[in-house]
Amino acid sequence: MKHSKKISLLITLFICFDTKSQSISSFDFEKFSHVPKFLSDYGFFKDLKNQKPVSNVHPYSLSSQLFSDETDKLRFVYVPEGKKVGYVKNKVFIFPVGSVLIKTFAYLNNNGPLEAELLETRLLINTNNGWKAISYVWNEDQTDAKRAIAGATIPTRFVNSAGKIKDVRYRAPNQNQCKECHQLKKVMTPIGPKARNMNKLVEYDAGEMNQLVYWAALGWINENLGSTSISNYADVNAVLNERARAYLDINCGHCHIPGGSADTTGLYLNFTEQDKEQIGIYKKPVAAGRASGNLKYSIVPGHPEDSILLYRMRSLDPGIMMPESGRALSDETGIKLITDWIDKL
Amino acid sequence: MKFLRSSNQFLFLASLCVSVSLSSAVQLIKPSENSYLDIQEALILAEPGDIIRLSAGIFTLEDSLSLDVPGVQIEGEGMGQTILDFSNQLSGAQGLSVTSDNVTLQDFAIQNAKGDAIKVKGVTNIKFLRVKTEWTNGPSSENGAYGLYPVESKNVLIDGCVAIGASDAGIYVGQSQNIIVRNSRAEFNVAGIEIENSYFADVYNNTATNNTGGILVFDLPGLPQQGGHHVRVFNNRSVGNNTDNFAPEGNIVGEVPRGTGIIIQANSDVEIFNNEIGENDTVNIAVVTYGNDTDDKTYYPHPKSIQIHGNTFGPTGYNPDTSKGELAKILFDLSGGDMPDIFWDGLLPFTQLIFGQPENEKMVVANNGNATLLAIKPIGYMLPYFEPAILDIQEFDGEIIPLEKVEFDETF
Repeated sequence: MKHSKKISLLITLFICFDTKSQSISSFDFEKFSHVPKFLSDYGFFKDLKNQKPVSNVHPYSLSSQLFSDETDKLRFVYVPEGKKVGYVKNKVFIFPVGSVLIKTFAYLNNNGPLEAELLETRLLINTNNGWKAISYVWNEDQTDAKRAIAGATIPTRFVNSAGKIKDVRYRAPNQNQCKECHQLKKVMTPIGPKARNMNKLVEYDAGEMNQLVYWAALGWINENLGSTSISNYADVNAVLNERARAYLDINCGHCHIPGGSADTTGLYLNFTEQDKEQIGIYKKPVAAGRASGNLKYSIVPGHPEDSILLYRMRSLDPGIMMPESGRALSDETGIKLITDWIDKL
Repeated sequence: MKFLRSSNQFLFLASLCVSVSLSSAVQLIKPSENSYLDIQEALILAEPGDIIRLSAGIFTLEDSLSLDVPGVQIEGEGMGQTILDFSNQLSGAQGLSVTSDNVTLQDFAIQNAKGDAIKVKGVTNIKFLRVKTEWTNGPSSENGAYGLYPVESKNVLIDGCVAIGASDAGIYVGQSQNIIVRNSRAEFNVAGIEIENSYFADVYNNTATNNTGGILVFDLPGLPQQGGHHVRVFNNRSVGNNTDNFAPEGNIVGEVPRGTGIIIQANSDVEIFNNEIGENDTVNIAVVTYGNDTDDKTYYPHPKSIQIHGNTFGPTGYNPDTSKGELAKILFDLSGGDMPDIFWDGLLPFTQLIFGQPENEKMVVANNGNATLLAIKPIGYMLPYFEPAILDIQEFDGEIIPLEKVEFDETF
């Protein structure tokens, strides 16, 4: 029984560090019977602590990203040698089996007196049985990260964008909570890497480059995808409506989408949704309970103060707040953006 | 002789092997400082067939629990013995969430979850046996919305459960099909038991008391599954549901008047029979149309093919709640204060108001003893000199065509 338990957790892929070339290569997973206990076991980084990846693990970033208690996120992707990445408009890139998405959550504290702190590193590994989520929590010495099956609570402090020190009860999610957001129609999937959310310049070792061009140069994708671009919601020069929809898409649209874990509500906040009531305009809540805040509709155009959506973005009460998991603080920038948007609807 | 003995031994060993391979791994967890990690890790590492046994005692939990492994049973030592207490919950929107098939939850209680107590989403085969969900400070708009909350699920059995204090519904089954709710008790919730946007439900041998509304059969627009139908509500007691509505505003159940026994809204093929319904301040049974605006073109807001028969009614309408919605006010005016047991708002598609309803969609009310009825005639109600309402229950007499029993394999 115990043995088969391990088998069921078996990752159908094993990645091993190749010391000679400072790159990783895929190995036969059949020889492998357990999920690595430490992040260092994989060999994604030549300098783990400073998050310097080996040569075939590439950094990437997103135009608009999920708010996660103001953490800095360091993203990396590994695609097996010679494999292609598939593209469908408005969808997440289709990564080949053996690909790994690596995301480290940290407070880099670049503008303040506190030292940088790595919190957790989440892996999404595309196996023969679909994507698997595994998370690792960094030790106090910041030398390695250890697997956290049930997640972890990390009480810490950081320097926020305004230069102030803030306390936070940071939660590294457990495997099931990963699924809450990463599951669409019962299938695990990445969320961020969509072409429309990646058409931007990124700093590589070799210099600055558009990352879709970079991916094309790696031979992963074709040069001309014909993708549209989503706004960076933080870009104050972009159109308000597009910024707001970009924000809602990346912060809410993975669950609030048909087939997502919040579809029971009929509130759909994904970028491509066009139906006004489904987006929340004069939509009555279905199962909100006290999270309605005694308000009648999800969004009341011109009246942010009467909109349940904002009430739940502001709240820190676990029975009210949205998203349900992944934050312990409120996103002041996002709240201001959505307030302006509803005000002008 | 020797040969026989050894073959016996062989058989014994063989049977042992079989029993080992068929039996489940049981993991016993006791309350500790690390109750969350202990339980959550067990739930993630569990294998199909495993039993997670929670010993008697109070488990104090700061984060919500979740199960995503199929075929697992979570069991306590009794709803009064094994208590999962979320009074100090800091994260997670539920007490427990389940997203895997073939799961049994039994013999424990969930207290004071910050959101819903137990949410089960998108599963096939889920059993709640003798589970209790409770908010212990009594009815309050600060309580979580739902106690037992299976949604988008198939083959749902709720048996011998207790739900107390939910600010929406104690036992709520939504957007599901093949549902049995029986032998359970719902008390001090806004809605005691609610079947919403669901197909094929049997609700029987339950007690709903001290709620705002006892038993609700609802259908709402704008959701992935709608067109609720085939619901049988029988042999229940829905009595004394006179707790003031404490739902936070904005919620649909916030419109339910205090003192309502059973409400049927926008469903078809609903059979209400052999229930005991009484001591409800406003009305014993209300059959109503969905009253809010919606852009949803696929949604049908009117109830149809409703059968109400063989029920026993106690006193009702003696203290109607006119503060919520229009229902009680209109009813009070039309009845001149003599409130009926059964109320129908009479709303229909316009063509049916003019030309009448198809025979098979008409409401049938039969064999309900001395029950009284009031049905609005919308056209008469709006025009002067016309009768605004039907008061003769005999007008709804007709042949009862029983709905089929809801059945599924309960032995999963």
